[in-house]
Amino acid sequence: MSIDTAPTVSATALDATSGAATRRDILHRLLMTLGPILAALVIAGCILLAVGVDPLAYYGYVLEKGLFSPLGIQQTLTRMAPLLFLAAGLIVAFRAGMWNLGGDGQFLLGAVTAAASAPVLVQIMPAWLALFCSFLIAMVVAMTWSLVPALLRAYQGVNEIITTLMMTFLGTSLANVLVKLVFRDPGTTVPQTRTLPVEDRLPRLFETTITSGLLLGLAAIIIVHLVMTRTAFGLKLRIVGANPRAAVHSGLGVPGLTIAVFAISAGLAGLAGAVDIIGVQGNVRADWNPAYGLAVIPAVFLARMNGFAAIGFVFLLSVLSIGGESAARRLGVPNHFTLVLVSIVLIVLALAEYVDHRYSQSRKA
Amino acid sequence: MTGLFSEVFLSALLFGAVTAAIPLLLAGLGEQMSEKAGVLNIGIEGMMLAGAYLGFVGAFYSGSLWLGFLTGAAGGVAVALVMALLCVRIGLNQIVIGIALTLGLEGLTALLHHFQFSRSYPRLPAAEVTVIPLLSDIPVIGPALFKQHLIVYLAVALVFGMGYVYRRTQLGLNLQAAGDKPAALDVAGIDVVRTRTVAVLTTGALAGLGGAYLANVGAGLFIPFITNGAGFLGIVLAMLARGRPIWVLFGALLFGVCLSLTTAMQVAGINIPTDIIQMLPFLAVMIMLVLFGRRASLPAALGIPYERGAR
Repeated sequence: MSIDTAPTVSATALDATSGAATRRDILHRLLMTLGPILAALVIAGCILLAVGVDPLAYYGYVLEKGLFSPLGIQQTLTRMAPLLFLAAGLIVAFRAGMWNLGGDGQFLLGAVTAAASAPVLVQIMPAWLALFCSFLIAMVVAMTWSLVPALLRAYQGVNEIITTLMMTFLGTSLANVLVKLVFRDPGTTVPQTRTLPVEDRLPRLFETTITSGLLLGLAAIIIVHLVMTRTAFGLKLRIVGANPRAAVHSGLGVPGLTIAVFAISAGLAGLAGAVDIIGVQGNVRADWNPAYGLAVIPAVFLARMNGFAAIGFVFLLSVLSIGGESAARRLGVPNHFTLVLVSIVLIVLALAEYVDHRYSQSRKA
Repeated sequence: MTGLFSEVFLSALLFGAVTAAIPLLLAGLGEQMSEKAGVLNIGIEGMMLAGAYLGFVGAFYSGSLWLGFLTGAAGGVAVALVMALLCVRIGLNQIVIGIALTLGLEGLTALLHHFQFSRSYPRLPAAEVTVIPLLSDIPVIGPALFKQHLIVYLAVALVFGMGYVYRRTQLGLNLQAAGDKPAALDVAGIDVVRTRTVAVLTTGALAGLGGAYLANVGAGLFIPFITNGAGFLGIVLAMLARGRPIWVLFGALLFGVCLSLTTAMQVAGINIPTDIIQMLPFLAVMIMLVLFGRRASLPAALGIPYERGAR
């Protein structure tokens, strides 16, 4: 089977077992990550200067609030929980060569169903069982939502980029309809679902405000990483991703695997929604859409679909978004600046990787 | 209910449909050219936002809509230049860069809007329309189709112009080859990177123009996130159109009708939640994909950066 001829993702998709990285390699990668981030901060700082904000003060707040203050770092770690689930789902899809760009719709539908079911279920069964069932329901709903793109791709060969994008627009609206019309809390005037009491939510870790969802998220992404790199099932998916035609010829049931990939990917996105609701938010307000999915996609790419590297990038995203939110409040810079910052970080990181790749290639040659 | 289907109402509905369709048409035509040449341009949403913002700024400060269109197109080209440099010239991943550009432009335009316009929310005067004699006297469709801003007619003319380019010119063939078999184009002595760069920059200009139309003619003002997925719809239209500009036009009109229906039903006071109505166009696409999806064909080398001599 000639994997080398396969385009795009193949190169990164199959060299998954880079477990034996030496300390030098790790140091190199760390430098290649921190350097570009610094460069990105400088570029973004110029934009801040242009609109008349002191960049040092801004970054000071971001670091202080996102990383160094006890409350801030706890918020950052809490924010990581849903992002980790999303990243895990994307790793499965991308390694299998499928562009699940519908994460946000799947996330929201998972969130809404979890928010609708959890407050009802806790009244009729023990809390842990209720939460477990809500997680399960959210996962199943999100999986079902991905069925149309999955079937279209598996049996009709319809490009999943369009279908998942369409389904995410539909899912966002549907989630709103559900919140406003079906699961609306009759007790409040604001359109939102019933609120899950704080004591019934996922427990917090030790004496902190960090949600235990963080552990679930970490477990999810590590399991996904191990399944994709160490199991026969993971290898099958990577072969499908590297070269679908070769996969057919080697006797793999590609349509079935395609549907499985979509189901796992969407299921994890649904769990991301559930963990955000059951762990942190407690309810879904109408028109709530944090749009995590779009930022996680490039992060997963830059992590080369490696679970452990993705944890690092998700942490970075969380620091930027939590820190950016409080810096926005203090300095009057709208929160939109975080988007600009994330975007520049992503582009510079991608550029740095290219330069690094070229450099190491020319050294080999 | 008679009022709902009166001549005036239908005419307004159609007029709105055309207004909503033009940005989608321009985005779809632009995306089509990129995809033909083998570049999946997910940054088109960002290009439209740049066009919407700069187009509005240009029109607002100069007082001329045409200058606004020009600055809008220039804004789209500026973003496309980054995309061409990163994805075509040095071959970075098109999806990563596309999403990053969209995120960045969403943030940047919203940021600039916040510092510039968020206290005053200035509006442009209603756009002048060019009335086509005789045709505009036809009941219902006359006022809807033939009393539009001049750029609407130009956009429709562009559909046929691009059809001609694709089928009859060397450039059209080059673009097709750049998407289907770039190595063959290279062997024929034509620079693949240059061909693709031309395509991406054209996409930027069209998307920017679409954004400027959206802000200046459609809304009369710029608000953050004004495109609201129009660029993504453009991607869908381009993929469904299978390389034929005329199908982009039909698709854009269908979407336009759905979007216009959304507003019209709200105005008519029909008691359906807006969220449900907003689902209509996307539902329409999904149904189209389920019915015709099998026939959607994409260039063989779509999304793959060209590197000479690579296997």
